Amino acid sequence: MADHVPAHGAHPRQSFLRRYVFSTDHKVIGLQYLVTSMAMALVGGLLVMLMRMQLAWPHSSWPLLGKLFPVGMEGGLMKPEFYLSLMTMHGTIMVFFVVSLALLGGFGNFLIPLQIGARDMAFPFLNMLSFWIMVPACLVMLGSFLVEGGAAAAGWTAYPPLSAIAEAIPGSQMGQTWWIVGMALFIASFTMGGLNYVTTILNMRTKGMSLMRMPITIWSLFLASLLGLLAFPPLTAAAVMLLMDRHAGTSFFLPSGLFFGNKLMEHSGGTPLLWQHLFWFLGHPEVYVLILPALGITLEMLPVFTRKPLFGYRMTVYSLVTISFLGMIVWGHHMYVSGMSPYVGEIFAIGTLTITLPSAIVGMNMLASLWGGLLRLRTPMLFSIGSIVFFGTGGFGGIFLGNATSDIQLHDTYFVVGHFHLMIGGVTLMAIFAGCYYWFPKMFGRMMNEKLGKLHFWLTMPAFYGIFLAMHYIGLAGTPRRYFNFERYEFLANIREPQVWITIAAFLLFIGQFLFLGNFFASIFRGRPAPVNPWEAATLEWTTPSPAPHGNWEGEIPEVHRWAYDYNVPGASSDCTAQSVPAQSVPVTL
Amino acid sequence: MQQTTTENMPRPTWDGGASPFGATWRKLMIWWFIITDGLLFAGFLAAYGFLRLAAGGWPDRSLMFHLDFIALMTFTLITSSATMATAVGAAKQGNRKLALRFLLLTMVGAFAFLGMQAYEWHTLIGQGATLSHNPWGPAAFGACFFLITGFHGTHVLTGALILTITAIRTAKGITQAEGVEMAGLYWHFVDLVWVFIFTLFYLV
Amino acid sequence: MGENGGCRRGTASAESLFLAIVVWLIGIIVVGLGARQWLPELASDHGAGIDRMLTYILYCVGGLLLIGHGLLGWFLWKGAGRDRISFRMAEHRVERNWSLIPMIVMALVAEGGVLVLGLPVWAKIYGPPPADSIVVEVTGEQFAWNIRYPGADGKFGKQEAKLLSLDNPLGLDSKDPDGKDDIIGLNSIHVPIHKPIKIRLKSKDVLHSFYLPHLRVKQDAVPGMTIEFWFVPTKKGNFELPCAELCGLGHYEMGGMLIVQSEEEFTKWLEENKNG
Repeated sequence: MADHVPAHGAHPRQSFLRRYVFSTDHKVIGLQYLVTSMAMALVGGLLVMLMRMQLAWPHSSWPLLGKLFPVGMEGGLMKPEFYLSLMTMHGTIMVFFVVSLALLGGFGNFLIPLQIGARDMAFPFLNMLSFWIMVPACLVMLGSFLVEGGAAAAGWTAYPPLSAIAEAIPGSQMGQTWWIVGMALFIASFTMGGLNYVTTILNMRTKGMSLMRMPITIWSLFLASLLGLLAFPPLTAAAVMLLMDRHAGTSFFLPSGLFFGNKLMEHSGGTPLLWQHLFWFLGHPEVYVLILPALGITLEMLPVFTRKPLFGYRMTVYSLVTISFLGMIVWGHHMYVSGMSPYVGEIFAIGTLTITLPSAIVGMNMLASLWGGLLRLRTPMLFSIGSIVFFGTGGFGGIFLGNATSDIQLHDTYFVVGHFHLMIGGVTLMAIFAGCYYWFPKMFGRMMNEKLGKLHFWLTMPAFYGIFLAMHYIGLAGTPRRYFNFERYEFLANIREPQVWITIAAFLLFIGQFLFLGNFFASIFRGRPAPVNPWEAATLEWTTPSPAPHGNWEGEIPEVHRWAYDYNVPGASSDCTAQSVPAQSVPVTL
Repeated sequence: MQQTTTENMPRPTWDGGASPFGATWRKLMIWWFIITDGLLFAGFLAAYGFLRLAAGGWPDRSLMFHLDFIALMTFTLITSSATMATAVGAAKQGNRKLALRFLLLTMVGAFAFLGMQAYEWHTLIGQGATLSHNPWGPAAFGACFFLITGFHGTHVLTGALILTITAIRTAKGITQAEGVEMAGLYWHFVDLVWVFIFTLFYLV
Repeated sequence: MGENGGCRRGTASAESLFLAIVVWLIGIIVVGLGARQWLPELASDHGAGIDRMLTYILYCVGGLLLIGHGLLGWFLWKGAGRDRISFRMAEHRVERNWSLIPMIVMALVAEGGVLVLGLPVWAKIYGPPPADSIVVEVTGEQFAWNIRYPGADGKFGKQEAKLLSLDNPLGLDSKDPDGKDDIIGLNSIHVPIHKPIKIRLKSKDVLHSFYLPHLRVKQDAVPGMTIEFWFVPTKKGNFELPCAELCGLGHYEMGGMLIVQSEEEFTKWLEENKNG
């Protein structure tokens, strides 16, 4: 297992390039992913700030922005096609290049070997390659703003014919092709990463680390990688077909009789619904790819900051496995009113709502894990609680949407926007922050500033929650999503004021994140030096020095003798028993 | 780990190493890769089925293809799977020479298949079939046919390259039995995909 | 670590009480705001079923949300005041039994809602329309709704894709006798009140979505498909018809109007627009 990494501490000094740029060390790659995702998050955030300005104050002129975006905001006034490009790229960047990148690329890389007791990933070179394919993927996505017609503008779901025909919208000229290329690179990179995660978790665990002793984070990362591996290939197939429809004259998604600007298209024989099926066969598992690791990290915090074991560890694992499986077979709930057969729609509705069963178990186990605990309200715990709150509201909102009958009214309204932002935006963001504050000492050997961290929480949580809760209500009022402005419609007269409030909250939220960025980067150099185990946690990564050395452990890799959450074992001298403590010294309780 | 005699000590359920599948990480990774790649083809074939059902009519394949020629292609590919299995078996027994011989036979099969496919494409294109046009009926058939057999063809080509590299490395004695086995796994997968394509495009 | 011992406990309690209050407030605000009337005023027959579905979920789920937030806040508040844990862990059997509670609750609330309240409404909307339905063909294009009535003979005239042009946006075959009395319109759909209206929905370029917020109607228009559904308007007046599926840069302006009239007014309108 250790054939590619020397087992002991002393290494020949590597060049800067090998150590920090083209590194094969999973910890460095993890940090590279994390920092890349932060940069992409800044871009994604800026895009949405521009959108929010348009929604709150349509017709306002922003001369300064006009200079920055001479095409999209000519004279300072935003054009609808530019708004749609912003929206499409915001979605794509946030889903694929921020949350996936931070949770799987960042925490996945950093944590998997450390928490299962391995020196590195199974195939470190592939791991490095995965990151260095992600970089051009990001660049292609960002670069698409500069091509003719601007960036893709058909939404992150890229439904054809809008995304397939250049005449349909300016973003479907070259921008959409760049989007497809960027996604292809992303998928290649993700597949390499995913293969590594899955095999590493299955084969590289240290002695004693049986599957049911793995920390819940590892379980969630394992399931997320697996889901990604199974769900991305059909999207690749769809992307290839879309590319051919665009450039090779095929008609996979295009029926006959399409008429654009006095021109009859020559396509025939395809159907737009095919794309929707293939896309959502990925798209739905993808949201679980995002939310499972977030739930895992949230759960991971609870025992540490309540000093008692996770409630229902096994039931939680079974539930996560069930959620993953069900998540693969319910994609049709995105298509209730798409023209799909109504019988199929109702079957998908019944299937979708079975997901609430295991999800509710996870929710109950989260609550029960807090019950009777000794609460330590440190920053990671605050964010973890924020994540639970978002999971609650977001999850219950999902019941409105999963039900085909009520979805007729809510489909493609702001209710959907509010719902998925709470879930795959909010739960994940809270978990990412919790994870950053929590594992920062292991990454850099220093602590992040606690006061700034708490301030960051109290800015982020209410702002984020307020924005997306409000969107639920204006969605109930019928506000359609992906609208450049709402002035044409009388029935939407009373949602214009909430739009202003949402925009102000969004600005606050965005500005608040600089607290985090400042704290993060300043603490790398100035933070309080961290001990080996600053949170008194039981998982394996806290048995090695902070920051963890190359090869993860000086000397032997610790053996594991118990599950990951043996806190407050009766009779033990400390309230936290590390996984590596032998059963002779402290009894094992699971 | 030595098991102590204490009764209440839980048995170590995991000793590190290659369980639960009894495979090294390399082999495991190939397996997972094959599954994802298989799903890629599943995506294409599902799209093919969807379009075919939506199209209503479908061209009469006996007019388009010479089915006996296609049968020969299929036979070639399946035979190459058999020779590959023999090569893997020989490599496992440490019989490098025999392994090499059968690897070369497999390569012959691979390149013969590619040649026959090129001939078939050439004939069809000569008769006027393109990605967006199909002289025998729905255009969707042409698009699906060229896309999916083309995609499979690139897999065969990749497989042939892998076989070539494996053969050279076996000849030099670098590749061990596991390397041959992994190349074999990929090759069997490519053949299996062809069985599906053969069934769905030519027979059904 | 000592941070939770002695003098620190007071501050920790205050902080956790604050957090608990925020959590409780969130629960109350979510449900309280949700109970307000947000939906546009109802104007269709089947819409009552959809509203009932929404109200049912709101109260069931709202109740669960209140319970959840209540417990969460309570655990947070109490958790910071302790000096030792008061509950450690349960046996696997106990945990398994506890898991039955959320499972049963969700099975009843979520699945029960779909099967008992949702399914009949869904089946009605997509079921066969009554024989006396008024048929209207709606064809979406960037960025307008083309409307066509079959006229007195009840038959739509033939359409051909190759006849499509800017002057003939529906590609009508002028030689077809069935098409002579078809009534063509743009963006305005006139319908009589309390009569079943059957919509034949088409699109000639990209996806659109036929959305009548007041009538609780939403259906995507898919090029290459003709999708049929029906509804019964129950209020007179003008109801806005926005497009609900991203269809291009003018998506936000693709608005039509459903004009619900009394039967006499509608008949009069039909007369006036004969051979239109």
